[in-house]
Amino acid sequence: MSKSKLLVIDDELAIRRFLRASIDPAVFDLVEAEDGATGIRMVATEAPDLILLDLGLPDMYGVEVTQRIREWSQTPIIILSARGDEMNKVVALDAGANDYLTKPFGLAELFARVRAALRLSQKRGQDAVVTLGDVHVDLAAHIVRRKGEEIHLTKTEFRLLALLAKNLGKVMTHKQLLTEVWGPEYADELHYLRVYSQQIRAKIEEDPTQPKLLITETGVGYRLKD
Amino acid sequence: MLGEAHQHRERGIDVAIGYIETHGRAETESLAIGIPVIPLREITYKGATLFEPDIDEIIVLKPDLVLIDELPHTNAEGSRHKKRWQDIEEILDAGIDVCTAMNIQHLESMNDVVAQVTGIRVQETVPDAFIERANEIEVIDIPPGELQQRLREGKVYVPEKVDQALDGFFKASNLTALRELALRRAADTVDAEMRRLRTQEGAGGPWATRERVVVCIAPNAMASRVVRAAARISAASHADMIAVAVDSDRQASRSDLERGQATDALELAKTLGMEVVTLSGHDIVDEVLRFAFKRNATLVVVGKPIRARWKELLFGSVVDEMVRASGDVDVYVVTADEPTTDRRRDRAKTSQGSITLLGAGLGLLFIGIATALGFALFELVGIANVAMLYVLGVAIAAVRSYPIESALTAVISVLSFNFFFVEPRFSFAVSDTRYIVLLLVMLFVALVISTLTQRLKGQLKDASERERRTSSLYRLSQLLAQQRGKRELAAVAAQEIRSVFDGDVSVLLAEQGKLTPIGSSDSGFEQKPSELAVATWVAEHRQPAGAGTDTLPGAAALYLPLLGSERLAGVLAVQVSHKPLPLGPRRLLETFANSLGLALERAILAKESNDARVQVESERIRSTLLSSISHDLRTPLTSITGAASSLKEGNPNQAPLIETIYDESIRLNHQIQNLLDMTRLQSGGVELNLDWHLAQDLITSALEHSRSSLGPRDVQVEIRGHIPLLRVDGLLIEKALVNLIENTGRHTPPESRIALVAETQDHNVVFQVRDNGPGVSEEILHKLFKPGYHSRSGGYGLGLAVVKVVTDLHNGKIQVRNTEEGGAEFSLKLPLTEHQPEMPIE
Repeated sequence: MSKSKLLVIDDELAIRRFLRASIDPAVFDLVEAEDGATGIRMVATEAPDLILLDLGLPDMYGVEVTQRIREWSQTPIIILSARGDEMNKVVALDAGANDYLTKPFGLAELFARVRAALRLSQKRGQDAVVTLGDVHVDLAAHIVRRKGEEIHLTKTEFRLLALLAKNLGKVMTHKQLLTEVWGPEYADELHYLRVYSQQIRAKIEEDPTQPKLLITETGVGYRLKD
Repeated sequence: MLGEAHQHRERGIDVAIGYIETHGRAETESLAIGIPVIPLREITYKGATLFEPDIDEIIVLKPDLVLIDELPHTNAEGSRHKKRWQDIEEILDAGIDVCTAMNIQHLESMNDVVAQVTGIRVQETVPDAFIERANEIEVIDIPPGELQQRLREGKVYVPEKVDQALDGFFKASNLTALRELALRRAADTVDAEMRRLRTQEGAGGPWATRERVVVCIAPNAMASRVVRAAARISAASHADMIAVAVDSDRQASRSDLERGQATDALELAKTLGMEVVTLSGHDIVDEVLRFAFKRNATLVVVGKPIRARWKELLFGSVVDEMVRASGDVDVYVVTADEPTTDRRRDRAKTSQGSITLLGAGLGLLFIGIATALGFALFELVGIANVAMLYVLGVAIAAVRSYPIESALTAVISVLSFNFFFVEPRFSFAVSDTRYIVLLLVMLFVALVISTLTQRLKGQLKDASERERRTSSLYRLSQLLAQQRGKRELAAVAAQEIRSVFDGDVSVLLAEQGKLTPIGSSDSGFEQKPSELAVATWVAEHRQPAGAGTDTLPGAAALYLPLLGSERLAGVLAVQVSHKPLPLGPRRLLETFANSLGLALERAILAKESNDARVQVESERIRSTLLSSISHDLRTPLTSITGAASSLKEGNPNQAPLIETIYDESIRLNHQIQNLLDMTRLQSGGVELNLDWHLAQDLITSALEHSRSSLGPRDVQVEIRGHIPLLRVDGLLIEKALVNLIENTGRHTPPESRIALVAETQDHNVVFQVRDNGPGVSEEILHKLFKPGYHSRSGGYGLGLAVVKVVTDLHNGKIQVRNTEEGGAEFSLKLPLTEHQPEMPIE
């Protein structure tokens, strides 16, 4: 993998300093912007591979920055936001942000998200088979295998799992999942997801009460971990 | 006036011209130069453009003194007030001094005297009470000859009108008489002022007992005249005036016009500063005198129309009765010729004096029946009994007919009896003188019966009307007593008033300086901006306005302020079909408005005191919180600062210091998070983001978020049986569970085991966080979730306080106990909804 360029849009000097100090210059190039307008301009001039965007900028809402960038660029965006701000997080994700990180965050968590987002965006075309530990989801053949054994999923269960698998590692909002699997008129029927996610866990997880693959992001959506 | 304005200006007073009448004279106009003029307001009415002083602009500009000429002026239709003096009153109330001018003949109490002296009834009058507000009254006195000279020179009117004026009102005799009136009035005022000053200086001396005068207002054309006469007495003697109207069945025959005159007189009495009382009873004299005795009045003022002597003899006179029964109270009689023609014509129009098809038909029917029966029984029972049959017929017909009809029936029945039965029969002639006596007695009896029946009917009607009002008032007060919230009160009252007055009603509540319609009208008339403006005016000035009043009479409805004892609660808007409302209903409506105003105020006060209590309570909690928070935040900060400074100094033992910084930062973050949550949850108005959640999801993600604080502790998750979907705010419940788990992690040794259990227990979902640690000490076990409890030992407080608030918001229950094995067990119990959501069919 070639060297990736990260753009950090955050008005807090301390956070930018900590990121600069922590990121290995051999792996990432880091460029910084301290407000939304500069950030948007730098997306064009610097052409970063990934954007870390703070939701609370001095000049405009992070959600607005996301929308403006998404007008012409598909560069993956990871939202940095405080806990309790789920509402804005979800709006930003629905507006096209790829993932989010809750402040304060550790480096390990940051790099995991960055890697997942980069992998998704750099992938040309879709793998036919997505591997989640010992679970294999064959998107082309509509078959799910666990430890080599075929698991029977209903049509809807499969569509939900496949959608999450295609976006492996990325959080999918309730609205995105419901709209894609059931249709836009079901965007608020949250209980569908509750029940189906439970059914899927029962089939693919080792211990469904302590899931390792299908993770609930309370107030936001679901994420499939590999 | 302009000269004075210049003097004021020189003394540095901010003077402006609100309105002056130059009569087109250059001399006057030149005097106005140098004084700022507030532009006039243009009013277009029926094609003509009229100019009036712009009250709002004057109030906005707020000069010290404003000149407004022509005080008695009647405003153009469509103005806010009917009269200019009301405009000025509003300006005065806004704290602006006004300099104005008027002629003596426009003074309300002078109206009758002026009419007598000059033969001209002045229409534009100013109430005496208003003039009495003046700080200073200056008499501008010119000898009549000089005035006429000025008039000729064109200094008073434009020249075209001069001749007409000199022949009419400005005759020398008139001017002299008016001059006398003006000077005498001025002398009275000076006299009163002197007496006032003298009493002030002699303070401490005995209080002079004030005289009290009762002014009796009857529904007739004299009513206003009586009030004015009384006002003059009051001006001279400084007596307290009480205007009294008696609502009596004896006045049932009065026309609407006459009732209206009584209403007008009462309004006039009010503007003249009198107390207004309405009594009700059958005997007017008795009621008035009883009231006068009760209030220790020394004088009763009554009006007496001069009538023909035979009328006096036949019908008696209220005034004579009053004089006879008055005892110690003096009676002052104001007289005038009875206005005859008008009243008759008017009376014929009213139902009381009308002849209807039904009434006339009934009368004729019963006369016919009596005649037929008479023919059948004449031979058998004799002539005297036939006369009885007719009288019976008259009595029955009277029950269902109007007074004139029943009197006519009586007369016709006597005539028929005479025609058909008295010798010689079938002619109106009477042969025997004894029959003449019979006929007269019969006529008299028939008339008396019909009159008595009418009176009884009148009393009955009145009684039932009064009964209806009393009972509706009673019902309203009952209804108001049952309600608590002001919106409910307003809605209930609107409903009741609507049913009693048979009109469209709306109650507008004053909320945050705005009027909000509650219990809206059917037609929604109060929503119109023009109507809302009237309501706003009423709210600002706390006076009635709208249809049937002097202020903004063009409005569609009558607006009454809803006043409590010290504040305005709102405005009552009533649109009735027949306007203006007669006296009785208008009073009743005002009583309704009063009760509603007081009830609303009570509701507002109750809410405020409750709010204040809540405020105090939350202040208390906040201060307790604050002290525990500063501890909870400083502890990790101290460790972080210490460790970081040690690293900066170059301490070689880096690993444990870095570990400390990391752990304490995490802890600090938790504290801040709890603090933020607590602040948000306790600030009130938290809206739960309710949606369907799985107990298992909640536990799993709570565990995910709290895992790092558990270290090596072993965690078991146990979901017992099938648990239905919960309708909760997922984030809040997850937060509560995280706090419970972290709390357990903080208070158990690292080798402890933790069990997270969820199960259904009779319509509740119970989450348990159980450990095998040392348990909770007995001392704090019972107060852990009591409001206001915050431990100082490393944040039991904040985290669990959040759990408690979240639980309460969900109508749940949080409990803690020590298990038999010795560990602590926290149970969070949440109620299940009655129905589960529908699932899609696959």
